[in-house]
Amino acid sequence: MTKGLLDVNIERRDLLKGATALIVTVAVPVAAQQAIVATSTGVRVAERSLNPAQLDTWLAIDGDGAVTAYWGKMDMGQGVDTAIAQIIAEELDVDVDSVDVIFGDSARCVDQGGASGSSGLQRSGVAFRAAAAEARLVLLEKASAKLAVPLRRLTVSDGVVRASDDASVSVSYADLVAGTSFNEPISWNSKFGTSLELATRATPKDPANYKIVGKSVPRKDITGKIMATTEYLHDLKVPGMLHGRMLRPAVAGAHVANVDRESISDIPDVQVVVRNDFIGVVAANEWNAIRAARQLKVAWDESDAGFPTTSEDLFDWLRSANPAKSGVAHNNGDVDAGFSAAASMITAEFEWPFQSHARMGPAAAVADVRDDEAVVWTDSQKSFDTATGAKLLLDSIPDEHRSTDATFEVRSIWMPGPGSYGRSDAGDGAMDAVILSAAVGAPVRVQWMRHEGHAWDPKGPASVITCRAALDDDRNVLAYQFHIKGFSRRDQNSRENTPGDVLAGHLLGHESTPQWVMGNPADSYRFPSKRYSWDAVPPLRRQASPLRTAHFRDPYGPEVHFASESFIDEMAIAVGMDPLAFRLKHVADERDAAVLRAAAELANWVPRTAARRTRSDDGNLVGSGLAYAQRGGSVNAIVVEVEVNPDTGRVRVRRMWVGADHGLIVNPFTLDRTIEGNLLQATSRTLFEEVKFDRSAVTTDDWLSYPILEAADAPDEVLIKHINRPELGPRGAGEPTTRVVPPAIANAFFDATGVRLRRVPFTPERVLAALNA
Amino acid sequence: MDKTFRINVDGVDHAITADPAMPLLYALRNELGKKGPRFGCGLAQCGACTVIQDGVAIRSCVVPISAVRGKVRTLDGLGSIDNPHPVQQAFITEEAGQCEYCMSGWIMTSVALLEQNPDRSDAEIRAALAGLKCRCGTHMSILRAVKRAADEMASTETTGRRDD
Repeated sequence: MTKGLLDVNIERRDLLKGATALIVTVAVPVAAQQAIVATSTGVRVAERSLNPAQLDTWLAIDGDGAVTAYWGKMDMGQGVDTAIAQIIAEELDVDVDSVDVIFGDSARCVDQGGASGSSGLQRSGVAFRAAAAEARLVLLEKASAKLAVPLRRLTVSDGVVRASDDASVSVSYADLVAGTSFNEPISWNSKFGTSLELATRATPKDPANYKIVGKSVPRKDITGKIMATTEYLHDLKVPGMLHGRMLRPAVAGAHVANVDRESISDIPDVQVVVRNDFIGVVAANEWNAIRAARQLKVAWDESDAGFPTTSEDLFDWLRSANPAKSGVAHNNGDVDAGFSAAASMITAEFEWPFQSHARMGPAAAVADVRDDEAVVWTDSQKSFDTATGAKLLLDSIPDEHRSTDATFEVRSIWMPGPGSYGRSDAGDGAMDAVILSAAVGAPVRVQWMRHEGHAWDPKGPASVITCRAALDDDRNVLAYQFHIKGFSRRDQNSRENTPGDVLAGHLLGHESTPQWVMGNPADSYRFPSKRYSWDAVPPLRRQASPLRTAHFRDPYGPEVHFASESFIDEMAIAVGMDPLAFRLKHVADERDAAVLRAAAELANWVPRTAARRTRSDDGNLVGSGLAYAQRGGSVNAIVVEVEVNPDTGRVRVRRMWVGADHGLIVNPFTLDRTIEGNLLQATSRTLFEEVKFDRSAVTTDDWLSYPILEAADAPDEVLIKHINRPELGPRGAGEPTTRVVPPAIANAFFDATGVRLRRVPFTPERVLAALNA
Repeated sequence: MDKTFRINVDGVDHAITADPAMPLLYALRNELGKKGPRFGCGLAQCGACTVIQDGVAIRSCVVPISAVRGKVRTLDGLGSIDNPHPVQQAFITEEAGQCEYCMSGWIMTSVALLEQNPDRSDAEIRAALAGLKCRCGTHMSILRAVKRAADEMASTETTGRRDD
C-alpha cells in the first residue's frame, strides 16, 4: 500500500477527540492531505489527539486490517521506516506490506526526536516493538472474549486470530476493530524526543521466533523515488505560493546599512523583506526571485564583521586560544606518575578542519504564516523542533500580519529532501521561509542557492588533538593521554527550537548561546593509566557566523578517532607489535575483540610491526590499515586497503572490510547499504573535505572549491561481516562506521609509505609534501 | 523581456513564456511539473538537474530555455511503474542511493551512456559518471546498479528482446 496515508474521516476525528478509537476508517494519499492543509485557512486543525499514554496515538488498524503507525522520527533514505514496519508487522503477526508508516508531522505524530544519533531503531524501534506487542495483546483479549477461547489457545497469522486447536474458529483484526471503539492506556516515561520509552503489559516476541525482523524487506520508498513519482518538499506547490531567496553579506556578520530597492525596479512584482540584518526577496516567479537576489544592491556595514583568523592559520590560532571550558572525560590510574616513570615517550598531534554538510540540495522550505497560525513544510531531521522554533521566532517579531497579540500555533510537516546528516541547513531554511511568509502574508517557498549551502550551513568543528604515551623499559604502555582542543560541536543546538539556534534568529538579533560539547574516544582499551581530556574554544564569530558549528554525521566521531586510532597504531609500532595484536591485547570488551577478529579475517590481515611499503605493478604504493571504535551500543572494526600514487599524491581506497556489531539486525540489505554510505561519506571527509575561509568569509562555496568523493574514487569492493546479537535489540547503524574510516585510511597510508598523515584531508598536495619531507 | 519558446519534453510539445536566460530546469519544474530534475547547484557541478537532450545528458540548470533544441527526456518520462526503464529497474533492485535527490544525474547519465552502447567496462562507467555528486555516499550501490543495467541492456540487445 502507498506510503503517507491520512485519515480525513470526520467521524474518526470526533472519535479521537474522545480518545476512544483504535480505528482508522478512511485514508487518502499524502498529496491530497497537503492540498487540504494548503487550502484551509484553519491550518492548525489537529487531526489527531496526541497522547503518548494512549495506544491509538501510536498505532491504528482500519476495517481492512491495514495498520498505520505514527512515527515520531523520519527516514532519510536508509530504510528506517521499512525496518519500523518490519518490527510492527513482526509483533502484530501481519504482512509487512499492510503496515504504513506515517512520520514527521507534528499534528499526527508524537515527537520521538526526529532523525537523531542513529536512534531510529535503537530507541524508536524498541518503542514501536512495545506498542505493537501491546496492540497484539489487546486484540487477542478481544478475540478471546469474542470466540470464547482462552488467550493461551489463540494464534495469529496475517492478522487473523485462530483457535490453535480449531482453525475454523477465527476472527480477523479487521473484524475485531470494525464498528467498535476503545482506548487503551500505555505507559511511557514522560520524556519526549529520542529518550521516549514505552512500557507495556505485553512481552515482545522472543527474537528466536522472528519471521519478518531479520529479513531483507525492500525499502518502501525506493520505487517512488526512482520513478520520480514521490513528492519531495521541493515539489510542493501551495496555492498562492511565492518564491523567496535570501541575500548574504560578502563579509560574515556585516549589518545591513542601506537597501537600494530601485536597483531591481526592472524585475516585476518583487517584494524586499528587511528585518534587522535579515534580508530576502519574494516574487511570484522563481526565476525573478533569483534574479532579484543577485541584482539587489545592498550596502553593508562591515565595521565589526569578519573572522580573527583564516583557515591557513586556524590550527595555530586554536593552539593559542583560551578555552571557554575544559574537562576530563575519562581518567583511570595515575597518568602523571606514568609519564614521570617513563623510559620513553611518544607524542603526536592531529588536525581536523571545519567541514560542511554540503547537502545535495541547499536548504529549502515552504511556510504559510497567516494571522497567528502557521504551517511549515520542511525536510529538517528535527521537524518537531522546527514547529517549536518557528513559533518562538514568530512570537518574537512585531508583525503587522498577526491578527492579535495571541501567540502562534505552528504545525510542521516533514517531506523528503536531500540527505541530511545532522543539524544541517534545513532548519535555517525553514526559519527563513517562516519570516518571509510572515512578512508578505502569503505562503513562501525558500530555496537557498549553492553558495549558501556550502558557505552558510552549520559546520562540523575544527580541532587539534594531542596524544601521548609513556612506555617502560620493556616497551609496555604505562600511561596514555588524549587531549582535544577545538570548537564546540554545538554552537547551535542539534535542533532548531530556539531563535538563538538558527541563522534567521541571529540576523533578527537573538543571541546565540553555544554549549561546550566536545568528544572523546569510545573504546575499551585497558592501560595502567589513561586520561581523555578536552578544551572547548569559543567560536570565531558568535553571531550569524558561517562557521557556527553543529552536529554533523557522528559528531566529533571521525575527528576524535582519526587521532586516537591513528595513535594506537603508532603505539603498536613503537612497542614492536602488530596493530591488530596490540588492539586485541588491550581491549577489554569481548564485542570489541570480536569485530576486530571479524574484520581481520575478512581482510586476510597480515601481521606487521613496521610499514611494509609494498609497490604494486602499476607503480602505486599499497598498504592496509586497521581501526575500531564503539558508538552508542554498536561497535565496528575496519581494515582499509589504499593505493598511493607517489607521483600525483592521489590516495584511493581500494577495499574496505568491516567487522560490524549493531546488535539485532532488522534488515540485512538496508543495513549493508547504510554502512556503505557511512564508509564512503567518511572516506570523502578524510580525503577531500576542508572548509576554507579568509578574514572575511568562507571561500569554499561550491563543489569545485569543496570537492567530495566521486565515482572514480569509490572502492573496488566493500565487504561486511555482521555479528548479529538479537539479545541486545537493535543498535544504531546510521553513524557508527563513520568514525573508524579516517584512522584506518591513515594507518593504511602509513603501511604503504612509512609516513604518518596527521592532518585531514589527505589532499594530493599534502600527500606529496609528506612523502617528500 | 519574456519570449515564448517551444520545447519538446518527454514526447510532448510545450510553449513556455519566459525570460530567454531562464534555465531549462525552472521550466521543467515550475511550468511542466517535472519532479525528477532538481536544483542542486545551478552551476553544472553536481548533476541533480540532468536531462537528456537528443541522446546527450545535459545539465538543465545552466541551459537557457532559449538554447533548448530537439527532444528532452526527464527522469519523469523515462519509464512507468509498470514498465520502468532497465536503468530504473536496476536502481530499484539494487536499492541504489539513499535520499535519491541526486538520482536524475546518475540515472539519466547512465541511460545516455548505455543506450549508446551497453557494453561498458567498470572504468568506462566510472569515467562517464565523473562530476556527478552523491552526498549520501551510495556510490557502491549506484555502480552495482549501473553494471546490472548494462548487463541487462546488453543481453536484451543481443537477443532482440528489448521492448522499449
